[in-house]
This record gives sequence, C-alpha cells and structure tokens, in this order.
Amino acid sequence: MTPPRTLYDKLVDAHTVARLDEDGSTVLLYVDRSVLNEYTSPQAFTGLREAGRQVWAPERLLGVVDHVNATTPTRTAEMPDPGGAGQVAYFARNCRDFGIELFDILHPMQGIEHVVAPELGLILPGMVVAAGDSHTTTYGAFGALGFGIGTSDIEHMLATATVVYRRLAPMQVVVDGRLPLGVTAKDVVMALIETIGADGATGCAIEFTGQTIADLSVEGRMTLCNMAVECGARGALIAPDQTVLDYLKPLARAPKGDAWTAAADAWTKLKADPEAVYARRVVLQAEAIEPMVTWGTSPDQAASVRARTPNPETEASPARRRDVARALDYMGLQPGALLEEIRIDRAFIGSCTNARIEDLREAAAVLQGRQVAEGVRAMVVPGSSAVRRQAEAEGLDRIFLNAGFEWRQSGCSMCLAMNDDVLAPGERCASSTNRNFEGRQGAGGRTHLMSPAMVAAAAVFGRITDVRRLGA
Amino acid sequence: MEPFQTVEGGAAAMPAANIDTDVIMPKQFLKGIDRKGLARGVFFDLRFDEAGGPRETFVLNQPPWTEARFLVVGPNFGCGSSREHAVWGLAQLGIRALIGTSFAGIFFDNCARNGLLAITLPADEIETLLALAADPATCRFTIDLAEQVIEGAGRQLRFEIDASRKHALLNGLDPVGVTLARADEIRAFEAAHLAANPWLAPAAAP
Repeated sequence: MTPPRTLYDKLVDAHTVARLDEDGSTVLLYVDRSVLNEYTSPQAFTGLREAGRQVWAPERLLGVVDHVNATTPTRTAEMPDPGGAGQVAYFARNCRDFGIELFDILHPMQGIEHVVAPELGLILPGMVVAAGDSHTTTYGAFGALGFGIGTSDIEHMLATATVVYRRLAPMQVVVDGRLPLGVTAKDVVMALIETIGADGATGCAIEFTGQTIADLSVEGRMTLCNMAVECGARGALIAPDQTVLDYLKPLARAPKGDAWTAAADAWTKLKADPEAVYARRVVLQAEAIEPMVTWGTSPDQAASVRARTPNPETEASPARRRDVARALDYMGLQPGALLEEIRIDRAFIGSCTNARIEDLREAAAVLQGRQVAEGVRAMVVPGSSAVRRQAEAEGLDRIFLNAGFEWRQSGCSMCLAMNDDVLAPGERCASSTNRNFEGRQGAGGRTHLMSPAMVAAAAVFGRITDVRRLGA
Repeated sequence: MEPFQTVEGGAAAMPAANIDTDVIMPKQFLKGIDRKGLARGVFFDLRFDEAGGPRETFVLNQPPWTEARFLVVGPNFGCGSSREHAVWGLAQLGIRALIGTSFAGIFFDNCARNGLLAITLPADEIETLLALAADPATCRFTIDLAEQVIEGAGRQLRFEIDASRKHALLNGLDPVGVTLARADEIRAFEAAHLAANPWLAPAAAP
C-alpha cells in the first residue's frame, strides 16, 4: 500500500519525468503550461537563439506584455521609455519567431499575466505551471502547482518542457471559522505572513484547508495563493471543489464537452489523502483576523489597522531591534504611533494580488457617494482589459471617476513601478499590492499594503482608516 | 557557466534580514534584453547617494570589502521578485558565494544556474562568520566546494549541498544541454501524461 500523500506530493509525483538524485529530492519536473512576460524572458530567448534550440511546445505558452507598459487612461502602444520599448519589440519578435501566442499592449485581452491566464481558463486543476514571475503561486487557487522561476530556468523550460526541481516540504495552513464583515482574503494572507514571518514557509509548499478557505470565492483564493510567496512558499495549493468547477466551466479556453466531463471527474478526486502527513501545520481562526496594514518594509511587518507601530526597544533580539528601527526610519514613522493616524499622499488599487472584478466591486462599494480626500492622488489600474470592460459594464468606472480616482488601463503599474507610475521620494501610498519593500514603488517611496476596500477608505479619509468604520 | 571549485577572497557582512531582490537590483536596471552591465545596479540605493557618489557607510564601499568575493548575509536573503538580474549583477560585481541561514527559493535556484554558490549554515555559525567578516584582519575566507568546507582565520566550517547542485557547480554544466540528452525520456513521459489527462492539450484560440 502506498503511504498517504499530500496534494502537493501527488502533483509532483504525477509530473516527475526522472529522479535526478538518489533520494528523489531533486527531480526533472514536467511543466504543463507557462506564461511569459517581456521583462524576464528576453535573455532566455537569446540563450535559445545562441544555442540554435527550439521551443519544445510553443502551443502551451502565452506571452503577455504587462510589466513595462504605460497605463494612461487612453490605451497607447507608446512605451514610457526606450528600454521598455526595446523589451516589448524583442518580445514580439521572439513570440513570432518561436510560434507563441502573444497578447501585446493593444490586444483586447491584454492584462497582468496572473489575471489573464486564469480568466481565459488556461490554468486548470492538477497542472504544473512554472513561469518567470514569483506570483505564479496564484494558480494554486485552482489546485494547480504554480511557482516562479528565474530566466535561466525559463530558458530550460522553453527548450525541454521541464525544470530541475527540488522537492519542497508540504505545509498545511488551516483557516477555520467565518471571516468577520470587512475582512477579506487579503487580510487572511497578511495575517498569515505576520504570524509566520517573511521566511516562515521558505522551503515549503502550502496547502490551505478549512472552512474559511472553502467559503472563499476563486478570486479570493487567488489573492491568498498569490501572496503566499511573501512568506517564502514556492507553491500554494487549494484542492479544487465545486466553486472552482463552476468558475472554470464557462471560460473560453477551458475544456468543453466530453473533455470537460472527464476533466471535472478527475479534478473532483484531486485532494490530499485523509492521513497525509505535513512537515508543518499552522492554524488561524477567521474570527480573530482584522483588517491588516503593513507599517514596515517587509510584508511580515504588519498589524491590525487598529494597532500601533512597534517600539524597537521592546523587541527581543538585537537583530530585530535593528530591523524594526531601520524599517520605521525608512517609513518615516515614530514608535508607538497609531496606524489610523498615518496620512497618505497616494492610493493605488491594482496588481495581480487585488485588481480582479471582485476587488474593484469591493472598493467601489466603499467609494459610492464619497470623495477622495484633498491632496490625495488615487488611481485604479484594472488587472486586465477584460476586467476593465466588465467593470465599465457594471458602472464601476463611474463610481471611481466620480469619487476622484483615475480610471486607467491594465498592467503591473505601480506595484513594482517599472513603467512611469512611480512614487516620488517620501510619498506615502495606501496600496492593494503585495510588496512594501524599500523603493518598490519608487526610490524613497513608502508603501502600506492593505485590501482594496481599505485603500478606498484611506483615499476618502486621507489617512489609513479601518474600513469597518464606514459600515462596509 | 563558470565552474566553482576552490575560491579565496574577502567576505563582507550584510546581516539585515529579508534583503529583497528589489534592493539587490532596482527596477531601473531591469530594462535590458541581455545580461550585461548589471554590476553598477547591485544594491544601488545602498551603495550610491542621490548624486551617484558612493555612500561611505555601505560596507562594499569600504576597503578591504570593495574587493569582497563573498557575502555573509542575514536570513531570507533574495526574497521577493524572481528577477535573475539580481544574481547576474552580484556575479558581475565579482561575488562568488553567499553564506546565510536561509535564502528565498527562486533566488537560491537562480544562484545555482549562474555559478554563484549559496551556502546555508545554522544561525550560530553564521554569527561566527559575520564576526570574522566584519573584521579586516579576519575577513579572508577560502571556500572549497569539493570538500564542502569554508576556512577563515584558522577555523573550518563544513556545509551541506545537494549532490546534483554540487556536481553542476563544480563542472560549470549547461543544464539545458544535460536535460536535452534525456529528450526521449521527456517525450515518453509526455505521451503518457497527455493520454491520461487529455484535457491538457491546449484548446485553440476561439
């Protein structure tokens, strides 16, 4: 009898082409699908060209321009700078020469890769998806093992449909109970990161289970799995259920007819064995989670919106004292300050974490009949062109515009500020994104991560605000 | 890729936790289509002031660490973005090995693909190495990958590394070439995999 296995073990086993060392800890792992972008792929294609190699299975790849493009409210093919223009031109040439489908900047389905691939139905349960972006963990929402790879491994994957893969330790994260009103998937994952630390799941693949997870929409699950990488997880899985099947069935590229029936049957069985053993287990209680905000420069430097900034003097170790003091200094904050008294200059709703239609609906619900505070520049960058159209069909664009938000075109935008959407030095931003690193949104810029509804609330009050005060 | 066998050189201490790839290689250096010219971008905002001059307070701007070939680093080094530019830049700056308690997964793999040895050691041993690296009199180390030993100031510390990763680093192997030698095996796997999961064959664009 085979020992009980986790879902992670099953997916790795099902994609193992060969063991590369004696104990099977390193394997040649088959990759079912990948998405490419213009900024991490160029050197991979150059490597193929220089070695005279082909792409193994170009029909299983999609190229999407997302990182460097402008998001001006009227779509233009003009790139903000010559470097980005060169990357987009080379990307188009590579996709053409190697036979890969491309959603370029003017394509009606352009958007952020981790929004576009799922909305098309390209990501299916049981798949292994390796891609040149760390937030590929998003696909765990479908029960697909998604993980980020560097450019050398993109080249390897393009040429061989495989990656050299080191097995991770399976880690179970149980979230039980019902989320209180005003608390979202973003708050759950921020609470997890705050609890276990920015390296709390390093070397691990997370499997999320529990009633709270089962109650989340697929979009909420994507937010959760997306940010699992911020605690070091290189894979985050949720076993597919009826919610996932209902979401996938109508999508353009999902299997149809008999193929759908066979697939749905197989996916329903895709879960961990009841007695499966995890290397580590963490339990969170939904009722205890509050709207979360980061105060520092690492995603684990976070707290309830009602809390205060920490005092370095009371930290346990010299290393922690130094790290907290440095973070507060960079953020321009005093120890013991109320988070709700922090004033903001900018509000940003966007990114592969929180720019799907559900996120925009939640933010718009807060903004309905309200105005952005004087002196705050606020923008919405929808996760994809399709999300933008859907939001317009629902009238959400009018709510954002009437409140004083800019209603922009899709892209990664100010999540990592590779285009011209950038914070000025010292500017402070309430942001629905995933990383509050030093300089992430612009050199000297200060980022506070939070949910899209919390960003909307911060925009209205001009300072970080508990969205529950609005009765949302 | 450049093989890593025995390398001798100076080590610099960078003990802060969670030094991310945005800090190692900021966004303005990510706009190329080749791997060149990234040495200047490494730790750019830490190394250079607003006018572009070196910040005297940053360790890699202080002799003897201007010539450092190893970095002893804090936990979770290389977290965040998958950008391999961070590793290319470190290698171009002359860094051959990183020694720390933990590295982010993507970054750790990126190091291995570029001949940059990332060594994981327990926290107490990292404290020892940080202290040695912070003193100009003791900051020269020798790393012998075949023997899996770091030597510095008369001390020897042994480290662990996966056999397959060690083999690739010692020999500077081209991993794509190594895997393509297994092309028949991949094809056979693929045929069985697609037969068992026929819905994985991509649907045509509508």
